[in-house]
Amino acid sequence: MKPRKLWLNGTALILSALFLFPVYWMVSSSLKENSKVLTKDPVFFFVPTFEHYTTASEADLFWTYALNSLVATIGAVVVALAVALLASYAVARMRFRGKRAMLLAVMAAQLAPWEVLVIAVYLNARDLSMLNSIGTLVIVYCVMALPFTIWTLRGFIAAVPKELEESAMMDGCNRRQAFFRIIFPLLAPGLMATSLFGFILAWNEYAMVSVLNKTPDTATLPRWLNGFQTAFGNDWGATMAAATLFTVPVLLVFLLLQRRVTGGLAAGAVKG
Amino acid sequence: MTVDIEQAPPPVPPLKGTTAGRERARRGSGRLPGAWVPYLLIAPAIAALLGVLGYALVRNLLLAFQEFGRRQFISRTTEYTGFDNFREVLQSERFWDSVVRTFVFTAVNVVLIMVIGTLIGLLLRQLGRAMRLVLSVSLVVAWAMPVIAATTVFHWLFDTQFGVANWAMRSLGFDGYEQHNWFSSGTSTLAIATILIVWASVPFVALNLYAGLSTVSTEIIEAARMDGAGSWRVFRSVIAPIMRPFFLITTFLEIIWVFKAFPQVYALNGGGPDRESETLPVMAYIEGMGQNQFGLAAAISVLTVLVLLIAMSFYFRLILTQEKENDA
Repeated sequence: MKPRKLWLNGTALILSALFLFPVYWMVSSSLKENSKVLTKDPVFFFVPTFEHYTTASEADLFWTYALNSLVATIGAVVVALAVALLASYAVARMRFRGKRAMLLAVMAAQLAPWEVLVIAVYLNARDLSMLNSIGTLVIVYCVMALPFTIWTLRGFIAAVPKELEESAMMDGCNRRQAFFRIIFPLLAPGLMATSLFGFILAWNEYAMVSVLNKTPDTATLPRWLNGFQTAFGNDWGATMAAATLFTVPVLLVFLLLQRRVTGGLAAGAVKG
Repeated sequence: MTVDIEQAPPPVPPLKGTTAGRERARRGSGRLPGAWVPYLLIAPAIAALLGVLGYALVRNLLLAFQEFGRRQFISRTTEYTGFDNFREVLQSERFWDSVVRTFVFTAVNVVLIMVIGTLIGLLLRQLGRAMRLVLSVSLVVAWAMPVIAATTVFHWLFDTQFGVANWAMRSLGFDGYEQHNWFSSGTSTLAIATILIVWASVPFVALNLYAGLSTVSTEIIEAARMDGAGSWRVFRSVIAPIMRPFFLITTFLEIIWVFKAFPQVYALNGGGPDRESETLPVMAYIEGMGQNQFGLAAAISVLTVLVLLIAMSFYFRLILTQEKENDA
């Protein structure tokens, strides 16, 4: 190997190690017995044990929180896709007054300062008696994901040649049939990219849920994880097992679909 | 992708931009089958956005002009007090500390993210297939890590007693890292938040830059090299101009994202110690949910949103000019 090549590969290896280290450390801490976790000098070789996973998954309400997370996430993704599909079809294929304004509003909403608006959202939800409800989370997460979803799906719909639809309509389909038989199947990659985006957003959301859903039976995993850390204090092994349990679903989906997400993000966020 | 508008499909008659056309369309919507269809299709999306986001923005603005503390919270009364909240916020030293902190924090993070992200993006281009795969998988893993999980892990890495960070510092020969508490000051807490945010944000920049670079033809770069340009020169004179829109837009996105970063700072140390690591969103949250000073918190939020709006207006100008260039 040429020295230049060696140098590049060496840098790449060090960088890979740096980026992977926190994840590696999380997983490895979760698999060590406590006497090997709580040491001044880290232990790198050990026989894995799954006791921390038992502790974490048997902790109070873990399964309730996990189920809540799943319901809130899938609910938000499905509703966002349905609502966005209608809107993005209109925007991509039809001509109407106010379309430009609508597109600008959607673009602006993509950067909405949700983190700064938690208090207002909380007071609104309280006035409507909608605190401590998974339904409220579904609505809020759906709206958070909506702008990106509309924007990205619009691009995917616009990319389908209009002639396909027109010829289907010539053959006797109405507009709705043409959409579901011709366009919808071609949208699969777009639907995947956007639902993954929504999935990650809702699965990870912390600020809203910690304000809106204070009762233990309606909270989601990010709150469980943060509460777990507080409750289990020094039991870092169990805490890391909890963090791993929370991370693994996202990681798997993300690794499988990363290319589409990069493309989707590039199209939806970076290119505006 | 362009913001421009496609031709109308046959069933929907194009509406004229003139007043007469608008009038006709409005009056004749019953006679023109389908003219209302697009509005029907966008209605749920508009309703959802206005109902949740719009309502929250309006509520936040109204709240900023109200005295709204624990008493009003319980009795559900409204007391408008004009600019009192803004006056109080703008006169408090803590707010200005927080403003300065937020700006410095954002600047440091964004510079680090852009520089490191760009270097790694360029490095990805130079690597062979295998090494490129290794590095991009590592980046994707860091990118995919949920914020709260990452925050918890960083807490563990920087634990006072058993943290790897203290061990690493000791191994590198630094003194005073036997039981170093990394969360003992606001600056140190924010430094860890910086490492966390940079670690989590660099992959977005690096992978997207690499994806963008792969559309740049290698011939241009080869030609520049033939002409004797070094790496820096190639970057400055060839890659940077081509990727200019990417750099501008990513930088603005990162500014906005870091500026409003909440869980990373809040879950790390609750804005502490002694509220020394409060950035603006964290301060608004603590003031509101922690101290029940909803009116004051809303005033802080409004000021934060104003700053964000200024940043966003730059972003929109960029996007719009870029769209025009694309169309031309």
